[in-house]
Amino acid sequence: MAASLANETNAAGLRHDERVEKLKLFGLSAPALLIVFVVLVIPVGWLFYLSFLGADGTFSLENYTRMIDRKSYRRIFEMTFEVSVLTTALTILIGYPMAYFLAQLPNRLASVFMIAVLLPFWTSLLVRTYAWLVLLQKQGLINQWAIALGFWDEPIKMVHDLNGTLIGMVHIMLPFLILPTYGAMKSIDRDLMKAASNLGASPKHAFWTVFFPLTIPGLFAGALMVFILCLGFYVTPAVLGGGKVIMVSMKIVSNIEMFVNWGAASALGVVLLIMTMIILWIASKFLNLDRIAGGGH
Amino acid sequence: MILAATLLASTAMAQENELTVASWGGSFQDAESKALFEPAAEAMGIDLTQETYSGMSDVRLQVQTGQVTFDLVASGTGSAARAGAEGLLEPIDYDVVDVSNFLEGTYSEYCVGSDVFSTTYAWNTDTYGEDGPNSWADFWDTEKFPGSRAYRGNSVAGALEPALMADGVALEDVYSVLDSEEGIERAIEKVRELKPHIEVFWSSGAQQAQLMKDGEVDMSTGWNGRFDTAARDGGKVAYSFNQGLADVDCFAIPKGAPHKDLAMKFLAEISKPEYQDDLPKYIPYGPTNMLAYETGEISPEVAAMLPHLRKMQLCSFRSLLSGTSSGKRRRMKCIRK
Repeated sequence: MAASLANETNAAGLRHDERVEKLKLFGLSAPALLIVFVVLVIPVGWLFYLSFLGADGTFSLENYTRMIDRKSYRRIFEMTFEVSVLTTALTILIGYPMAYFLAQLPNRLASVFMIAVLLPFWTSLLVRTYAWLVLLQKQGLINQWAIALGFWDEPIKMVHDLNGTLIGMVHIMLPFLILPTYGAMKSIDRDLMKAASNLGASPKHAFWTVFFPLTIPGLFAGALMVFILCLGFYVTPAVLGGGKVIMVSMKIVSNIEMFVNWGAASALGVVLLIMTMIILWIASKFLNLDRIAGGGH
Repeated sequence: MILAATLLASTAMAQENELTVASWGGSFQDAESKALFEPAAEAMGIDLTQETYSGMSDVRLQVQTGQVTFDLVASGTGSAARAGAEGLLEPIDYDVVDVSNFLEGTYSEYCVGSDVFSTTYAWNTDTYGEDGPNSWADFWDTEKFPGSRAYRGNSVAGALEPALMADGVALEDVYSVLDSEEGIERAIEKVRELKPHIEVFWSSGAQQAQLMKDGEVDMSTGWNGRFDTAARDGGKVAYSFNQGLADVDCFAIPKGAPHKDLAMKFLAEISKPEYQDDLPKYIPYGPTNMLAYETGEISPEVAAMLPHLRKMQLCSFRSLLSGTSSGKRRRMKCIRK
């Protein structure tokens, strides 16, 4: 009797403590929530509102119908997807083996090589983009050296087009793929591979049936991040694309800077945002999105 | 108390003499700074702050949000005319600014001309030698002058006229042809013809200089001052004024500028011949105040390097930059596609 009463008192006390703790937690996160509301929810809402205003300032769908009617808009969306898909694919082809290489190295050596991945990551995007311009152009370092060493005779065009854009973007995106993939690889129990070969699997077979499937969540998280970042990319295609690779972000800039059409720019921003959310939603069906944020296992 | 009062008074005084000027940066603003801004600020005892900006869209943002920080901005005449019509600029007080010796057509209700530049063509002297193209027809002639081209990709200004001249329209008839939709269509069609050879669509003056200096393209359209910079930096670059388009940069005062009256006086000061005659020392852009040619500061050799309106057609933005934004959008799109 006395024991159950004590239990009840305890339970009430615990519930009270829990409430207090929840309130405290909420109190702690309130400033962050407020900031998100002020700098994200309100502006995005405003963007949404602007996108439905026509040239005369009244409600209109013209900013959206324009995207459907005009061929040039379709081309810009196609170009944006083409660049994003190609960049993601190339980043996987280069980044996965690199992450694998890093994961095989002893820890100390791995951290040395990791600097090679991180150093560009910490350098300004604009600086790296212009560095590629200097390297790739006709009188650039790569052409000059290749001609001096006799690899080819005439300067090869490597920039001011899609190729140059892809080279620059893949380089900038690599860390975003390598880091989560590397993390996934490091967390794999090495004994699993030993067990596989013990059971008679060839190294190749063990890799594809045991190791690779276990790295997929990390790889997928990295690839998704790369793809989404690519969708909104501006600087690199603007500098390395020679005015021919026109992505949605560049159209947004020209809508504002040249035509001063906030509605058209807002509508493009809304469409880009919705596309990104759809992609994230589809992706969430296949993997735990917490991984991207670094949580969960 | 007394100390605080003096401090207050002195900051108030300092603010009275403060002025913020915005221009486009690069070799252009360097030249303006050395020839106009710094000497005039010193003569008037002004505490001058210089900023770089990207054009009238910045002014529009400042005026619309009521946070105007610029007192004076450099602008193109076309965008200044549009901004003025939109109510973004203060009308110029011509009782303060003396334009009696200005070249005809280089000042308007909202904007006072600062210099005359030219939109023209440059070529790589390694590829074509000193005797390069001498007309827009040559610029289009990829058999006589094989090689890559760069062309304006971010605005119609100075992008349609060359195409018409390449198509055989005489310099003085360009704008009457461009007044009609068919004329614009004709120009766009001609740009399309050159498109396979256009390697880069440039979007800034700095980019023109870089493309030509590094030999990335063999010919480019652009502004003579930028080509001159590229050549001075050791680039294999030459350019011609033949069939070039003369155009005017100008100064304007944003609506609600914090030091509007001082800005007007400052504008009057830098429009005087004794300042304008120094500008060509730093960049080959000609003065708008014709008295600047008479001070003896501009030597005949330098004068020969400056864009001269007599040889060229003064750019008319009336037909191109006025009108609806959808019309402009269409023209722009056609050029790039």
